Amino acid sequence: MQAERQHIFDKPANVKRLLWVLYLLCVLLLAVDFFYHRHAAHPWEALWGFYALYGFVACVSLVLIAKRLRRLLKRPERYYDE
Amino acid sequence: MSSLPPFVLFFAAAPLLAFARGWTQKGVLLLVPVASGLALLGAPEDQVVTLSLLGYELTPYRVDRLSLLFGYLFHLAAFIGMLFALHVADRVQHIAAMLYAGSALGAVFAGDLMTLFVFWELAAVTSVFLVWARRTPQAFGAGWRYLVIQIVSGLLLLAGVLLRYHETGSLAFDYLGLQGPSGWLMFTAFGIKCAFPVLHNWLTDAYPEATPTGTVFLSAFTTKMAVYALARGFPGTEALVYIGALMTCFPIFYAVIENDLRRVLAYSMINQLGFMVCGIGIGTALAINGAVSHAFNDVIFKGLLFMSMGAVLHMTGRIKGSELGGLYKTMPITATLCVVGACSISAFPLFSGFVSKSMVMAAALEQGYDWVWLALLFASAGVFHHAGIKIPFFAFFAHDSGIRVREPPLNMLLAMALAAVLSVFIGCYPWLLYGLLPFPVEYAPYTTTHVIAQLQLLFFSALAFTWLKLSGLYPPELPSVNLDAEWLYRRLVPQLMHSATRVAGSWPGQLRLSAQRRLGQLMATLSHFHGPQGILARTWATGSMVLWVVILLGIYLVAYYY
Repeated sequence: MQAERQHIFDKPANVKRLLWVLYLLCVLLLAVDFFYHRHAAHPWEALWGFYALYGFVACVSLVLIAKRLRRLLKRPERYYDE
Repeated sequence: MSSLPPFVLFFAAAPLLAFARGWTQKGVLLLVPVASGLALLGAPEDQVVTLSLLGYELTPYRVDRLSLLFGYLFHLAAFIGMLFALHVADRVQHIAAMLYAGSALGAVFAGDLMTLFVFWELAAVTSVFLVWARRTPQAFGAGWRYLVIQIVSGLLLLAGVLLRYHETGSLAFDYLGLQGPSGWLMFTAFGIKCAFPVLHNWLTDAYPEATPTGTVFLSAFTTKMAVYALARGFPGTEALVYIGALMTCFPIFYAVIENDLRRVLAYSMINQLGFMVCGIGIGTALAINGAVSHAFNDVIFKGLLFMSMGAVLHMTGRIKGSELGGLYKTMPITATLCVVGACSISAFPLFSGFVSKSMVMAAALEQGYDWVWLALLFASAGVFHHAGIKIPFFAFFAHDSGIRVREPPLNMLLAMALAAVLSVFIGCYPWLLYGLLPFPVEYAPYTTTHVIAQLQLLFFSALAFTWLKLSGLYPPELPSVNLDAEWLYRRLVPQLMHSATRVAGSWPGQLRLSAQRRLGQLMATLSHFHGPQGILARTWATGSMVLWVVILLGIYLVAYYY
């Protein structure tokens, strides 16, 4: 059998490269808050790193709470057919 | 000169689809939305057609800025949907989709509440065939539940309309407000179709069970009809602000743990509807503009996401996150188009969600709804997480499932590409869309502050996903059902009925005998009229039924012209 062509994310190095790009962009975006003064419509917005931290905390809590909820809500796939 | 109401062409074309085959069929499917849409482009604004029927003053056709915007949108959605479904051989689906699109158009151009009711119910009855056409037992059950709930919504609307007519003597479909029971009845009717919390399960139940192409139509029309009805009837109703905020937040928890990727999209649809409902509740010009433009964009990018998942289902026969993965290797075009949809729904700068969702959020801050704004911000991060990352990640990347399928048929790719181009185009040139909005727009989406804030929010959400995934904290995709409000009518009520019959079985003998005798008598009476020989039970051939429907439609058309 012919060996399958290698695809871009088959190489762990490429995945790692992509992650580094993400980390770098995050650092740069956070660094912007040192130099750029936001035109805040609300006092919370003007806090340093507000959007970055809020986004991170929101997503982590979303997933962790959903994981907890799953214990409560999860049923077998054919639950309603029984 | 008045133009022809758009639903006429759609309803007239539907019977043709029962006979047309091959290229004629394809031609009808594509030309109807194009021809009707072009006719609408030439339609003069602020046009009203009235007619008197049985003593009621009806306005079957009204064109103003709000209905015109939804009119354009539904034509666009119909064209994209028809193109996506062009390869389908099943006539039932084509006819249902054509009638459904026509009904939705009829509803948004309805100038009075009675006409609205008629199209409201027609949309329910025609759309259910797109669910049943999947022809699985699950689709059959979900279709019935969908139909019952949609019909109930229509009946509530009818009750509200009749009460309102009794109170005011008017059937006009303008600002309705929550005054009196009639207002609440209509509000609930719209709320069911708009998937308000607890009333939302028909959507997450039926949409994922419909055919791969049917879901695309379903996602475009029913809920947006409801958004339109709310925007016209209940702008500035404060309850909507909180209902909308709740709608943006609670479904995303379900979306994270849901395994069926089209059900994830259904939950994310409620989340997007929440932004629109919230905007309508705030009720300022900026907020209404935001709600309406977000409805416009949502139809296109949510359609694109449903199309990409439909293409995956069509090619692989699977849609569970736990069974998919690695499809980018053989479906790179579909994967790319799906990512465009994901970027749009997540509101990345230069994509369509960015220019509409933020209007609602800015309006919330302007009106002092600080906590609502925080909830919307939470939901914005969450939507990126489950619709922006989860959908493309688990379908096209993640672990390699070993599935190797080709790209979907050309018509599917073209439909997705068209939606993707539109999403990017509106994101880059929002002024064209802004020009169609009900109020003049003074909002500028591309300020440095807004772009940086949004990028920070999104990239740190992506960082959170990466961290959770790498650390193994992210919950795996598991085959399961998650309990929701539907448990009440899918589990609790059937079980109560079941135990009720058991209890009845243990009654003392005398009582049981008498009850059985009465039941027997009732059955005899019923079978006299409804039994095999009964006068009310003569069977009619399907052909004659279709004929009667066609005749009825014909009479309606003729009546309309005179």
